[in-house]
Amino acid sequence: MKYLCLVYQEEKQEANVPRDQIEQAKKDYWAFAEDIKKSGHYIVSHGLQHTDAATTVRVRNGKLSTTDGPFAETKEQLGGFFLIEAKDLNDAIQVAARIPSAKWGSIEVRPVWV
Amino acid sequence: MGIEEVYRAESRRVLATLIRLLGDFDLAEEALQDAFAAAVERWPVEGVPASPRSWLISAGRFRAIDRLRKRRREVPGEHDIPQETDESENYDVVDDRLRLIFTCCHPALNPDAQVAMTLREICGLTTEQVAAAFLTTAPTLAQRIVRAKTKIRDAKIPYEIPERADLPERLASVLHVVYLVFNQGYFTRADLATEAIRLGRLLVELLPEAEATGLLALMVLHDARRATRTNARGELIPLEEQDRSQWNREQIREGVGLVERALTSRGFGPYTLQAAIAALHAEAPSSQATDWPQIVGLYDVLLRANPSPVIELNRAAAVAMRDGPEHGLTLIDAILARGELEEYHLAHAARADLLRRLGRKPEARSAYERALALAVEEPERRLIERRLKEL
Repeated sequence: MKYLCLVYQEEKQEANVPRDQIEQAKKDYWAFAEDIKKSGHYIVSHGLQHTDAATTVRVRNGKLSTTDGPFAETKEQLGGFFLIEAKDLNDAIQVAARIPSAKWGSIEVRPVWV
Repeated sequence: MGIEEVYRAESRRVLATLIRLLGDFDLAEEALQDAFAAAVERWPVEGVPASPRSWLISAGRFRAIDRLRKRRREVPGEHDIPQETDESENYDVVDDRLRLIFTCCHPALNPDAQVAMTLREICGLTTEQVAAAFLTTAPTLAQRIVRAKTKIRDAKIPYEIPERADLPERLASVLHVVYLVFNQGYFTRADLATEAIRLGRLLVELLPEAEATGLLALMVLHDARRATRTNARGELIPLEEQDRSQWNREQIREGVGLVERALTSRGFGPYTLQAAIAALHAEAPSSQATDWPQIVGLYDVLLRANPSPVIELNRAAAVAMRDGPEHGLTLIDAILARGELEEYHLAHAARADLLRRLGRKPEARSAYERALALAVEEPERRLIERRLKEL
């Protein structure tokens, strides 16, 4: 079964994180991705640019409306995702708990329709 | 043994196993009803089978597969039929009961749904009974249960006992649900407290972990005082005024034994420590003769393991008994000054009690009034009202 792990964290806080911690986080992410590739969980993942670069698009009555920014203003923003293959929700939770951002942000685990 | 007795004794076990075999809660519930319907028809003629449980599991399973075949003919491709295997005599019923408990109390389910699922699926209460206990309507509760079952199926919450590494966290979630059920029945619903204790016993029997034992001890010790906790007018009687000769000695003996067992096992925690405190109260001949120094010591350990302002408040009350009301009052004022328990009626009630004992009547009065404004439970409100009258 496929699960999408959505990684939420506070963009605003990132500016305050010291250089060496950012380097460490990068290393942790790299090691985590390697890990779940080996265990067969990994399907695809990407980090996202900040919500400053986001555009929200709607079509109403055939008319296109484009607005600056994310769909909703929230404390934490979507910063990336991992699409994984897991045996069941318990397995998926175990994988999500190892995503480095789980320590400072939150991971939303969403089963994918089959 | 009559069918009704078999139903009471076996229906939850049969259900737990059917859920595993059929992989679906609703289908398993239908199968359970089918199995008992078949028993009502056949046992009076053929006699009660040697192992009613296995008979019921097999009957339920065959009928469910029948149902699925019919449905599949009507809606092709819609339902998977569980594989037929030849293990009908060898059902691992203990594991299935644990699977059911851990699934109903899965932390990925909404907390209200965990409680509702536990009472319905594990305890066998009807939706109406659960709704009445939690002051909600049956349709609302049914909705909650439907949502939980849908999530179990769609997000694929597995029907399994957690692995060793996850066990402490997952067990904590189960114990929390059991304790919630117990507390819901604390004042007015002895039946819920009884269900919670029964669940606690089941857990200890299936999974003798220290904290499961500790929680059972805590509930049994609290329940031992049930008869003396409120008077005929439905007013709360505080511990120091309770008629200790009316406490249930047998339950106290059992509770104390459980506490001792939990304290000597590895990995005991907050429930065991709270039970140890309850045991000291239960064994004391009077409030004055209670071992307050040891109670304060246990609260210290509890606070280190589990920092919480409510535990701090209870510790302050114990300090007041050990060292005098003024010492307790200083501690409570400090907690309140941090603002954390400002809206908690028991903080103001405890403060009022100490002010009363110190003879500071006007201050006691305003603290009781604040407590009364915040209190919800009727027995507690009546006690506060009595205190106000006595001042």
